Amino acid sequence: MKKFVGTILLLALGVTTFTGCNTTEVGSKTAGESKTETVELLNVSYDPTRELYTQYNETFAKYYQEKTGRSVKVEQSHGGSGKQGRSVIEGIEADIVTLALAYDIDEISKAGLIDENWQSEFKENSAPYTSTIVFLVRKGNPKNIKDWGDLVRSDVEIVTPNPKTSGGARWNYLAAWAWALKQYDNDEVQVREYITKLYKNVVALDSGARGATTSFAENGIGDVLLAWENEAYLSLGEDGGDQFEIVTPSISILAEPPVAIVDANVEVRGTAEIAKDYLEYLYSDEGQEIAARNYYRPRNEEILEKYKDTFADIKLVTIDEVFGGWTNAQATHFADDGVFDQIYVPTN
Amino acid sequence: MNKKSHFVKCLLLFVSLAFVFVMLVLPLAVVLIKCLEEGWVTYRSTITDYYTQKALGLTLTATIIATVLNTIFGLFAAWAITKFNFRFKNALTTIIDLPFAISPIIAGLIFIMTFGRIGFLHPFLQAHHIKIVFATPGIVLATLFVTFPFVAREIIPLMNSQGNEEEEAAAMMGANGFTIFFKVTLPKIKWALIYGIILCAARAMGEFGAVSVVSGSIRGKTNTLPLHVEILYNEFKATEAFGVASILVIMAIVILILRNIIEYRSRRESE
Repeated sequence: MKKFVGTILLLALGVTTFTGCNTTEVGSKTAGESKTETVELLNVSYDPTRELYTQYNETFAKYYQEKTGRSVKVEQSHGGSGKQGRSVIEGIEADIVTLALAYDIDEISKAGLIDENWQSEFKENSAPYTSTIVFLVRKGNPKNIKDWGDLVRSDVEIVTPNPKTSGGARWNYLAAWAWALKQYDNDEVQVREYITKLYKNVVALDSGARGATTSFAENGIGDVLLAWENEAYLSLGEDGGDQFEIVTPSISILAEPPVAIVDANVEVRGTAEIAKDYLEYLYSDEGQEIAARNYYRPRNEEILEKYKDTFADIKLVTIDEVFGGWTNAQATHFADDGVFDQIYVPTN
Repeated sequence: MNKKSHFVKCLLLFVSLAFVFVMLVLPLAVVLIKCLEEGWVTYRSTITDYYTQKALGLTLTATIIATVLNTIFGLFAAWAITKFNFRFKNALTTIIDLPFAISPIIAGLIFIMTFGRIGFLHPFLQAHHIKIVFATPGIVLATLFVTFPFVAREIIPLMNSQGNEEEEAAAMMGANGFTIFFKVTLPKIKWALIYGIILCAARAMGEFGAVSVVSGSIRGKTNTLPLHVEILYNEFKATEAFGVASILVIMAIVILILRNIIEYRSRRESE
């Protein structure tokens, strides 16, 4: 029995030394951070930008080292855009946010962490790259889906995330709405009817864009996925271009995923300058190239021209011209009892 | 009659075996097959990847701290509840069970609301440069919370059924509290205690919900193994995701083997 007590004590001792080591390690690390050359930045972003920022961070670190002689390590955190925004409000120490919608950054701004004029801090509405909504269909396009009008045919099954929870899904919804407005000459009754029919054809309403892509690509649900252009290309690349193809509709919406410095955090951490460098470098030729290689439409015209095979020439409408900005669109369509709640009746 | 009961026995056996196979064995086998789909090289590079190693380290840290603290607490609580009478005994027993009843996501949110930027303890933590949520302490706290009842729950019923006679006898013979605990009580409950510790560790390793809320999933910093599996899967890296999942599966199998050894030894000892 003594032996047993002995083992327990030994175990306890071992564990305390282990955790002891751990705390000292943490301690020395925080002490080191303030004086060593390596600066740490945290970029809190949304789901589909993982690959983009993994590449960009490496390039930026090289550039920064050459420019200033200091090394920088950029940490990444990814998740649904709304969830990530909440995390920043709740205290994750992000230096930079790169989210799906201006609305989510506005929320952080309302919490007092970001200057309210953040959108004019960088060029092009603080959106260094753009994207749009396209269709991903099964190889050979067996259901012959060409444009938004085909989506409401009774034999078509659609996968799109839930606009109540997903940023990407709201863009999908608004893109469909924009097409219908044009198609039916701004006749709201017919537009509503179209959107109602469209959501009747939805077979999987996941909570996030990645979840919807997985449902369509890996679980084989539905005939068409309404997706970010960059997501569509990504699933084409990784899961084999022999399974799916991309269909570009006649009209789509210009999505501007914005970036911002989290002013309150960089002030405390002393990273304001490097955070600014980090976001400005996204507009450089190198930054724009990386965006284009990851299937985001670059703002730089020359680089866009270089990748014109990837980015089909679609008529892109903006949320400001059709819906009067995000705040309006949010209130009219996605708020509780908004248009989406009125038209969407779940069916089994 | 005999034939009939034989048939029923076979049927029951078949149904339960088929169920176990389809629900447990098959999915586990799929994990192991899937992670080796692209060969050993991919598997090895997945396992030795910097972020996987960091996630493994964090998972082990959280598991060890949570298990040790919950063991100590479980012993104290069980001792207090079974050996003494006090006013809020029932309330205490109920509260210990709380984490069983609460959904892990709520457990996570509780910590966000307490220690996060909008939490009421935030000014104090800020003033003393203490980071809890979106850092290692938050992950340890969340793990601690969900595994809280395991050790206590395992030993309380046993200690209850054993009664106090032996402890009372020892006390009459002049033994002090420590001696009674280590020489009388602990030997009586040791197998149940070890069993509780193992369950606690197993649950701590796999915790996803509560940890996901307080983690902020910063790669290489606040990512645990289960979170890392989800991230890899969502990055269209199914093979790598299953590779990391296989670490968790192997850890679980080791724990099950330990459990069986302990059950075997405790049975032999009681015989």
